[in-house]
Amino acid sequence: MPAFIEGLSALRISLFITCYNDALFPSTGKAVVRVLERLGHSIDFNPAQTCCGQMHWNTGYLREAVPIIRHFVSTFRDADTICIPSSSCVAMIRDHYPKAARESGDPGFIADVEALLPRVFEFSELLVNHLGVEDVGATFPHRVTYHASCHSLRSLRLGDIPIRLLRRVRGLTLCDLQGLDQCCGFGGTFAIKNADVSSAMVADKTRSILDTGAEVCTAVDNSCLMHLYGALHRQRTPVRTAHLAEILASEGAS
Amino acid sequence: MSKPADFPQAAREVLQDAQMRRNVAHATDVIRNKRDRVVAEHPAWQSLRDAGSAIRREALLQLDRYLLQFEAACTQAGGQVHWAVDADAANRIVLDLLARHSAREIVKIKSMTTEEIGLNRAVEAHGIAAVETDLAELIIQLGHDQPSHIVVPALHKNRQQIRELFQREMHLDSLGDTPEDLTAAARAYLRRKFLSASVAVSGANFLIAETGSVVIVESEGNGRMCLTLPPVLIAIAGIEKVIPRYRDLDVFLETLPRSATGERMNPYNSIWTGVRPGDGPQEFHVILLDNGRSRILRDPEASQTLKCIRCGACQNVCPVYRQTGGHAYRSVYAGPIGAILTPQLHQLEQGASLPYASSLCGACYEVCPVKIDIPEVLIHLRGQVVRKQQSTLAGTFGAWNLGMQLAAQVFASGDRLALAETLGRLGQRPFVSSSGFIEHLPFMLSGWTQSRDLAPLPAESFREWWAKRSSRITP
Repeated sequence: MPAFIEGLSALRISLFITCYNDALFPSTGKAVVRVLERLGHSIDFNPAQTCCGQMHWNTGYLREAVPIIRHFVSTFRDADTICIPSSSCVAMIRDHYPKAARESGDPGFIADVEALLPRVFEFSELLVNHLGVEDVGATFPHRVTYHASCHSLRSLRLGDIPIRLLRRVRGLTLCDLQGLDQCCGFGGTFAIKNADVSSAMVADKTRSILDTGAEVCTAVDNSCLMHLYGALHRQRTPVRTAHLAEILASEGAS
Repeated sequence: MSKPADFPQAAREVLQDAQMRRNVAHATDVIRNKRDRVVAEHPAWQSLRDAGSAIRREALLQLDRYLLQFEAACTQAGGQVHWAVDADAANRIVLDLLARHSAREIVKIKSMTTEEIGLNRAVEAHGIAAVETDLAELIIQLGHDQPSHIVVPALHKNRQQIRELFQREMHLDSLGDTPEDLTAAARAYLRRKFLSASVAVSGANFLIAETGSVVIVESEGNGRMCLTLPPVLIAIAGIEKVIPRYRDLDVFLETLPRSATGERMNPYNSIWTGVRPGDGPQEFHVILLDNGRSRILRDPEASQTLKCIRCGACQNVCPVYRQTGGHAYRSVYAGPIGAILTPQLHQLEQGASLPYASSLCGACYEVCPVKIDIPEVLIHLRGQVVRKQQSTLAGTFGAWNLGMQLAAQVFASGDRLALAETLGRLGQRPFVSSSGFIEHLPFMLSGWTQSRDLAPLPAESFREWWAKRSSRITP
């Protein structure tokens, strides 16, 4: 292939919305679609998709997680590029699918997972690392603080990728969050099984968020944001939460 | 022994102790910042972690061989090696040795292993006093308290609390609360003990197979006193503590102090090999303790737990430990390493709630100097807990299992998930308050709403929106 036609075609990006975004945060999905379409790519959504299996796996229902994992793998077997607006789901796939496949002893499953992994991208990672874009043409005239979710930080190692995207948003003032590497205390079923400790952790985190003076707290995981907003709302504070995609989709005051 | 409270319940209790929480948060912040500084300055830190992990793995993969090599080398140097299958056996060996020497008092170097086997209780039951000589362990002992951290067992106490304790227990007329005042009081108290005790008991940081040496690193010099003054020395070590070669220390004497206390090296590094006439203890015993370790080693998923060198770095970065301190774990080993070690040592009979005492944030794995993937082991152990619950009728029909089985059925197809979303929108109605939020949830979900509201499911799911949109775009 001659170099000058390389990378000319738009991508066909398959969206894995994730189960909880589908039900609880459809606006995040819409925002992902808007951003990627604005960049000239086309989106594919396979309605057969359900969940990555993380809740079952991380809670210890390993046997029950396997059919869910297999369902994901077969749903996305033919997808070229898979975009997931949730770093913990990406971490589930990257960190645990190979083990689940290996333990099944099924060579087809193992091969499918191996072929799948390089095509899986977290939303901000897809933009910056894969598409090479930092300025997505967004405008969001608000004070925003960024919460780094544990999986984005320590599993995906996103580093400053989300920050780089936020810095290119017009009108946005970024407020640094103290204790960026501290968990917000969500941890999936941890928030329920160890509700007291989780509540103590989120109290520390909301204090840090309020200290920034930000109007909006963002992250690449709505799971953390659901947790943070739940506590911020209970504490009757005016701080809102918004997934990074929603800020990047924004084209003006909101 | 009565069954200890599970973690969520114990945590609820300790979270009420605001002073303890301030002490723990402050102490862990201090150690953590020191650690971060001395790790950041090291040009080859990640390579040291790799090397440390590889050496510990090598030792565990051929543990039988290295233990026998240690026994031979230690014996050759004039030491005596004893094998103890469990805590009782180890305590019996110690008691026999103490009886043989008619010892009424022992001085001790801080040791988690002797905590694990309950040595102090065992000897005290025979009228023998066990004196802890590590400053923090002394604080714990005088306060009839429990250690709350592997390396800094009294970090839940602040200086004022320690001053009051010392003044009361040491019968002092007055005492200041500067570090100098407190250490001077402890020094005066302990010096008499060092000089009078005939037997010292220690743990071991490492056992060197090649030379038969016991390695003890410490910061206060109390260990050096115990190792050199009493005529009899007894070291008790878990069988996993062995490392193959003397030169392997090269790695661990860098990583252990930096990880544990944020020091570049420990002030006192003692490597003890056998006996030498006229110098130091004239009798040297090493008790090699199994107490469940050989069983852990047979589980390929979880055996990495035994790579641990007890630096406590995982405790200092753990956001759960930061809130609760160590006591909520109701276990000798607290924090992330305790959450994986304790349930394994007790075959899930104790500590079955501990694998869930983590948000799986991964901070522990990131700092571990021997790269134990603690989150992975936590999940593995959760799997065992679930299997065990499912083997009982109550567990099978418990809310968690039923909920998870139902969710697994829902996630089997996109149609089922869509149906569940519709049902969820109907089912949530009674719970949505006038504010438009869910503020009270029933049963196990009530844990969420104790401190957090929940926005209800919106009227339209993403998949519904997408279906409408695609029908508009492509007629």
